[in-house]
Amino acid sequence: MAILINETTRIIVQGITGKIGSFHAQDMLNYGSKVVGGVTPGKGGQIHLGLPVFNTVKEAVQQTGAVASIVFVPPAFAADSIMEAADAGIKYCVAITDGIPTQDMMTVKNFLRRFPVEERMILTGPNCAGTISPGRSMLGIMPGHIYIQGNVGIVGRSGTLGYEAADQMTRLGIGISTSVGIGGDPINGSSHRDIFEHFEQDPETKVVLMIGEIGGPQEVEAGIWAKGNMSKPVVAYIAGLTAPEGRRMGHAGAIISSAGESAAEKVAMLRDLGVIISPTPAAMGATVAAVLAKL
Amino acid sequence: MDIHEYQAKEILSGYGIKIAEGGLAYSPEDAVQRAREIGGHVWAVKAQIHSGARGKAGGIKICKTHDEVEAAAEALLGKRLVTHQTGSAGKVCGRLYVEAGTEIAKELYFCFLVDRSSERIVMVGSAQGGMDIEELAATNPEAITKIYIEPAVGLQDYQAREMAFKLGLDSEIISHAVKTIKGCYRALRALDASMLEINPLVVTKSGELLALDAKMGFDENALFRQQKISELRDKTQEDPRETAAADRGLSYVGLDGDIGCMINGAGLAMATMDMIKLAGGEPANFLDVGGGASAERTEKAFRLVLADQNVKAMLVNIFAGINRCDWIAEGVVQAVRKIDMQVPLIVRLSGTHVEEGQRIIRESGLPIITAETLAEAAEKAVQARNEVAARLRSAA
Repeated sequence: MAILINETTRIIVQGITGKIGSFHAQDMLNYGSKVVGGVTPGKGGQIHLGLPVFNTVKEAVQQTGAVASIVFVPPAFAADSIMEAADAGIKYCVAITDGIPTQDMMTVKNFLRRFPVEERMILTGPNCAGTISPGRSMLGIMPGHIYIQGNVGIVGRSGTLGYEAADQMTRLGIGISTSVGIGGDPINGSSHRDIFEHFEQDPETKVVLMIGEIGGPQEVEAGIWAKGNMSKPVVAYIAGLTAPEGRRMGHAGAIISSAGESAAEKVAMLRDLGVIISPTPAAMGATVAAVLAKL
Repeated sequence: MDIHEYQAKEILSGYGIKIAEGGLAYSPEDAVQRAREIGGHVWAVKAQIHSGARGKAGGIKICKTHDEVEAAAEALLGKRLVTHQTGSAGKVCGRLYVEAGTEIAKELYFCFLVDRSSERIVMVGSAQGGMDIEELAATNPEAITKIYIEPAVGLQDYQAREMAFKLGLDSEIISHAVKTIKGCYRALRALDASMLEINPLVVTKSGELLALDAKMGFDENALFRQQKISELRDKTQEDPRETAAADRGLSYVGLDGDIGCMINGAGLAMATMDMIKLAGGEPANFLDVGGGASAERTEKAFRLVLADQNVKAMLVNIFAGINRCDWIAEGVVQAVRKIDMQVPLIVRLSGTHVEEGQRIIRESGLPIITAETLAEAAEKAVQARNEVAARLRSAA
């Protein structure tokens, strides 16, 4: 099962002929992901990495039967590419691009809401490492070999901190159903809560680990939803205990700008909501292991 | 990116928002000249620093004679102003804005900002202007009106009217208020601003609506298409280390501790800093070297971290994904050889080609302390820092 992607998911790469798109398309193929083509406007008809290149996402979908896409398009054009994917009938899109203007993301979110829920494309990212269902499919830029297949769902904002979590679990022999990066931007395609809904529906996922950070309301919103709707235990770690107020910590969205956005406040609220807190970033694996042992 | 009050006012004035007459001054002579040009009998001499709450910090002086303007300018220029937004280091005032005095009948609060929860622009206003809005939100939330803007159609007249009435404005100036509010919204959208705050927005005794202060912040991701806004950047208002980092394509935030950090990825960087704190230390900085940390980039990052005289130990934590630990290790070894480090270095590598990376560090013959896990790395960094601190104490 897993969520969002599996071994049958047909994938296209938007921006496949660029240096970064090309590198990661090859890496995904090596992992075993079912990449079936790519899109670069003006390069339609070419063959790249042994795959057909199309001018538009619509053509790519028609010719290859793709249902998922990954966007490596530069920031100025990325919002347009995401909307093109949604309009072409792509069901799941990962936007890797870092640096998309906030107002462009507002336009994207508004555009997606125009589709009826059952036809609406799911977007994760931008500014993320992508999604992996270990042993099945990788739709992202992560080092696939550090993950093993299993029953823990991960959702997190950060790429490398997600790798850290996966590494801790792998060392303890704990596998992952799917790991989803939702990205570090203030307005993103899917929230922690949106991904919780998928994990709750997935019979393979037994525990969910949320890796949050300072800034914004999404971790607590997810906690509130979990309290009312989730049968599975949720473990969380919130990064940024030492982050000063009003300063942007790398991610565009990692900034404490109002009450409730600091790591300490989020941890306190999540604990009240029944979320199990990993006390340190080094204890994510052990905390999940303890929860799994009690199931 | 933040800009100064005078810059924000100049922008807003172009969108039809009324401001008091004023001018920029870099010296006391300039300031007196501006006061002469403005005329009248009362002037406000306002320190231009990137922070709110300047009044409380003594950054705004009301003057009734040209001599007072000169004295105020002398007192403010070069002065370090500390507000709750600047941190303890404060910000140095290098520019003044001299403005005609205003007779105030009523002070209001007004702003637009991007609301992350609704993913929309929200308009916030209160008839209780002049005070800190967060304080008001905590003590008297009913006094605040929030109106959300539908992005597809933008701000509507009825919404601007509703806000104007909620602000308690008289019917005679409602149409002017609507024009002001719509002007602000147009400026925000056209210029990719992430926030625009007028606090206070005032009604003068002669019944005019005036932006007495103005603050604008811009989305850095959008600066590529906002050339004119990029040019308004005042580097003197930024931490010089952060400016140097940004110019080298690194993301750096200076902090008060003494354990220097170099990490790849913002989340892992924050987590590593947390780990240092939990192990009993304090991080000197946040530094994300990004995905493709080349030898050259690594050296730049090392120099940046070590330029901070407080640093007593340095921790490198890299989780290689796209990158490879052996490449990182070579970069670290090269940097250490070139720089002649005076403080202990702790390196933790993980991910792609980790054994190879660890071998390069070991065989370099350099006194680099290695760690396998995040917890071990933080503990060793704090221990090394404590040893250095003890040595410094006994030497003193």
